[in-house]
Amino acid sequence: MSHPAAPAEHVHEPFLQHHFAEPAQQVDAAKIGMWVFLVTEVLLFGGLFVGYGIMHSKHPEAFASAHHHLDRTLGALNTIVLLVSSFTMVMAVAAAQAGKRRHLINYLTATLSLAGVFLVIKYFEYSHKIHEGLLPGALYSYKGEAVPGEFMFFSFYFMMTGLHGLHVIAGMIAISWVLRRAIRGDFSERYYTPVDLVGLYWHLVDMIWIYLFPLMYLIS
Amino acid sequence: MADVLTAPPEVGRRHFEPNYLNERRGILSWLTTLDHKRIGVMYLWSVLVAFLLGGIFAMVVRMELLTPKETIISADAYNKAFTLHGAIMIFLFIIPGIPAALGNFVLPLLIGAKDVAFPRLNLASYYLYVAGALFALASMIFGGVDTGWTFYTPYSTTTTTKVSLLTLGAFILGFSSIFTGVNFIATVHKLRVPGMTWFNMPLFIWGLYATAIIQVLATPVLGITLLLIVMERVWKVGIFDPALGGDPVLFQHFFWFYSHPAVYIMILPGMAIISEVIPTFSKKTIFGYKAIAYSSVAIAFISFLVWGHHMFTSGQSDLATAVFSFLTFLVAIPSAIKVFNWLATMYRGSIDLKAPMIYAIMFLLLFAIGGLTGIFLGTISVDVHLHDTYFVVAHFHYVMMGGTVIAFIAGLHYWWPKMFGRMYSEKWARPAALLIFLGFNMTFLAQFILGSRGMPRRYYNYLEQFQPLHVFSTIGSWVLALGLFMVGGYLLASLRKPYDAPDNPWGGKTLEWTTSSPPITHNFETTPVLTHGPYDYSPQEATR
Repeated sequence: MSHPAAPAEHVHEPFLQHHFAEPAQQVDAAKIGMWVFLVTEVLLFGGLFVGYGIMHSKHPEAFASAHHHLDRTLGALNTIVLLVSSFTMVMAVAAAQAGKRRHLINYLTATLSLAGVFLVIKYFEYSHKIHEGLLPGALYSYKGEAVPGEFMFFSFYFMMTGLHGLHVIAGMIAISWVLRRAIRGDFSERYYTPVDLVGLYWHLVDMIWIYLFPLMYLIS
Repeated sequence: MADVLTAPPEVGRRHFEPNYLNERRGILSWLTTLDHKRIGVMYLWSVLVAFLLGGIFAMVVRMELLTPKETIISADAYNKAFTLHGAIMIFLFIIPGIPAALGNFVLPLLIGAKDVAFPRLNLASYYLYVAGALFALASMIFGGVDTGWTFYTPYSTTTTTKVSLLTLGAFILGFSSIFTGVNFIATVHKLRVPGMTWFNMPLFIWGLYATAIIQVLATPVLGITLLLIVMERVWKVGIFDPALGGDPVLFQHFFWFYSHPAVYIMILPGMAIISEVIPTFSKKTIFGYKAIAYSSVAIAFISFLVWGHHMFTSGQSDLATAVFSFLTFLVAIPSAIKVFNWLATMYRGSIDLKAPMIYAIMFLLLFAIGGLTGIFLGTISVDVHLHDTYFVVAHFHYVMMGGTVIAFIAGLHYWWPKMFGRMYSEKWARPAALLIFLGFNMTFLAQFILGSRGMPRRYYNYLEQFQPLHVFSTIGSWVLALGLFMVGGYLLASLRKPYDAPDNPWGGKTLEWTTSSPPITHNFETTPVLTHGPYDYSPQEATR
């Protein structure tokens, strides 16, 4: 990614910060920063994944029995919603790269809407659990037949999907910000770093769900 | 300004030249600054306040231990005092101390950059630090915490003290630390001045880079662990509670998976300072540049594989214990490589015993003791006896205070003229350093002996036979405090003078000495050109 600066043409770069010598350097720095940040996100969830794995191995029957309370259809639907949103995000970045503002706005709007759909479906799933008393830890008050220790599964279910949900909301805020800037006309073929970075973040949010779905909905 | 007008004309003129301190004025210009130097200075004052606060708690703890029974405070207050001493020193002082305060100021200068890669993120990290500190302060005001800084479960999830506030504070501080790490990684990768390859970067940069890697990889795990404690307290989620089918040792694994690498977040920047100070004051090219650089990375890597040595007596499997013990020994190799290379650098150098060098030599002595006693503790059979005794307390104080804090003080003296444009008083620096050295060894050598005789750590009362050594240790803490106050006194006094520091007071070869003291807002008048390596003292060596 090293574009030698051409001294002959002095293009004014409105988004080049003073401490960078050239746009390519700024883009590379931003990308490194984002990738490193994504690593920290993976490790943040990593703690919960390890905890889940250990508790699952300690209480396999309770986890297997508890996961039947989850709605596989809704879970699968949400997986598809997020996968499609990843696709629209890729298209948004491609549109930004090509400088197609109209397409960029449309694809960002589509991604934002799909994220909203995900949250709505999640809301129905959550309210069903809350209604049944399938809640984490001390809040667990399910009246039906259950294997002892099921509350632990729901502790992880709510902590992991909850933290993921917060990331979806954070992603929606980031997409809205990029959308606003796209409408304002900030981006061009020469400058679209924020779209790129928000795209990376959004793919990570999707990827975490790809791991959560089988872990929560498809265990046996 | 009267003192400025009467000062020598050369100094007076310099006082009115624009620099990063006087170009913009007013409190708002500081609170909204994106300049890495100003953010570094804000961090510096903040961590020094934390150091003072943590130090006051330390003095209270030592004072209480003067007698075997109650001396000045109740047992409950004592538990809170040592908890807050540890938590403040670790999360608010040592971890951000060198990277975020000194590192922020010096890193871009050392690589010839105008700023760090993400100045706004840098400022955000400072505000997160302040927010985390406020949470910690709130936990103190609303009743304190008595778990020890390690927050071990199940006690931390059942005590009625303000654990949630303090852990949330530490969680926020973790993000502040992550932001600094992300920023430094991107900066080192992309903002080095043209011509500066990885292997002619100053070694301080290597140290900060290795530190940043650990900050980024380990801190998120602490973040989630602390959140799990809060969850456990609020909802009894069960993961760490054996009564609910959880596992309290799992907490220890999670906690030390961060907190052992965090030990290297604390020591690596200290070592990095020593790598700058020793060549400058020996007027000799650093010996074994690549070995020191690689050993920083090696320490960072191994740091992730040794956390289990905190749990030799916690019911970990024998196999895991043996493996962790072996891996712990490995850390000694890169650490020793550094020490031997520093010594080899000093060998036949023309050593100038200015304050930074005095502290660097102090570091070598104290860190050697701290490091070697770490080998004792990493040995399973020995650790079973010494676990949770004063021996452990003495060991980590020799590394953390004798190592990192002494290196921090060395770095503070080394870059003080660059940061504030004033020379501190060398005349006062020497007796202060002597007091610190004496006081430190009195305080903690006594604790090695106490520990080897079986004095358990964190106890409020103790057997009468231990009293003489406790008294000795407490008196040592007074000497140490006196020395530290002297340092604070003469450093602050120097700020009342007009600018009198030359651009390169020590004859250093790295880039920060090529700009003015204090630097201009954009660091360098023009992009610096590398004409020699960071420790190129060959002309002096040729004339010797």
